[in-house]
Amino acid sequence: MNIKVLGSGCSNCIRLEKNVYEALKQIGKEATVEKVTDYSEIASYGVLGTPALVVNGKVLFSSRVPAPFTLAEMLRKEV
Amino acid sequence: MQVIKDIFIWLNDALLKMTWLENLINSLLTNGFGMDETGYLFKAVSFFMFDVVKIFILLSVLIYISSYIQSHFSPERTKRILTKFKGIPGNIIGALLGTVTPFCSCSSIPIFIGFTKAGLPVGVTFSFLISSPLVDLASVILLASIFGWPVALAYVVVGLVIAVIGGTLIDKFHMENYVEDFVTQGPVIVTDSVEIETTRKERHLYAWEQVKEIIKKVWIYILIGVSIGATIHGFIPQNIIETVLGDNNPFSVLIATVVGVPMYADIFGTLPIAEALVLKGVGIGTVLAFMMAVTALSLPSIVLLKKVVKTRLLVTFVTIVVIGIIITGYLFNIFGYLFI
Repeated sequence: MNIKVLGSGCSNCIRLEKNVYEALKQIGKEATVEKVTDYSEIASYGVLGTPALVVNGKVLFSSRVPAPFTLAEMLRKEV
Repeated sequence: MQVIKDIFIWLNDALLKMTWLENLINSLLTNGFGMDETGYLFKAVSFFMFDVVKIFILLSVLIYISSYIQSHFSPERTKRILTKFKGIPGNIIGALLGTVTPFCSCSSIPIFIGFTKAGLPVGVTFSFLISSPLVDLASVILLASIFGWPVALAYVVVGLVIAVIGGTLIDKFHMENYVEDFVTQGPVIVTDSVEIETTRKERHLYAWEQVKEIIKKVWIYILIGVSIGATIHGFIPQNIIETVLGDNNPFSVLIATVVGVPMYADIFGTLPIAEALVLKGVGIGTVLAFMMAVTALSLPSIVLLKKVVKTRLLVTFVTIVVIGIIITGYLFNIFGYLFI
């Protein structure tokens, strides 16, 4: 699984990244987690609100920081 | 009718102004700690305790409600709605959606790029970007709690008018040529995949997360703001404040705006300072100008915007907003008696 956290590096983006790791631990899966901070690259995903999460090339959500539990549910569906 | 009016006043006093809390704190200070009700210390301590408790209670409730409403308006949805409008209606809708679309200041750049790529006029985007920090539900209700509803509603209207006029002027000056090239280049992405179904439970979770997140982020600003407010309220003599910021000083609004613009503070931290200044006889227009300057513009947000727009557009944007705020300040100082 390839996960990208889109965001300029503000506190919300850092929190989302942390929650992603937490969620992965909860469902017991490994994944490569990348941070995308470049604005033109973020825009290339069509994302407006940051932070956003891209899993296997698909935008899952934007301008939200779901709790680890909610994230785990979402990631389970994407595996 | 009288009954309805009485009920409204009672609700307003109990829930928004929290007069019971003020009485409780004051009687605790005088009876429990034996403080002198006319002393400077009493004034400062009473102001501090009352404002801290009141702001935190109101803030938690308000952020929950406004986040729940905001969860219906993603920036992507806002963009789709806005592409349907042209000209001044576009600016008006942009300014209105700015008040309900959730976004943290770090989202302003992706939003700017996304709106521009979608072919929205740069002025509409600026109407959105001006109104978004300036007018939001939580701060308006907090404003009503401290200064009453007429001032709060006037603030909303003025904030929207500045956003609409600012955006319209930016279009009229043909500022679209001063957007950085990389913003307009590159493919346009259709963002349907971003929309996800949100259930009521998820909205509740989102709103609750927002409450925790925002409180964690702003509590320090609130404490600093209330401390400054309490110091002004208790210890700084009225005549000093009146000389610098009073109605007799023709530059009071100018001073308040210039001091407020570079400041990066939260509106919730600014309100207690504003409250203390009004209690000391500073004109409502001067205080509103200060608050608008603090929230609408800040050095960090200007630095961020510089990445996507050229200097000329940036200067135009800042100038328009500053002039708008100054005019607002003087108008409120002249006609403010109608509201208070």
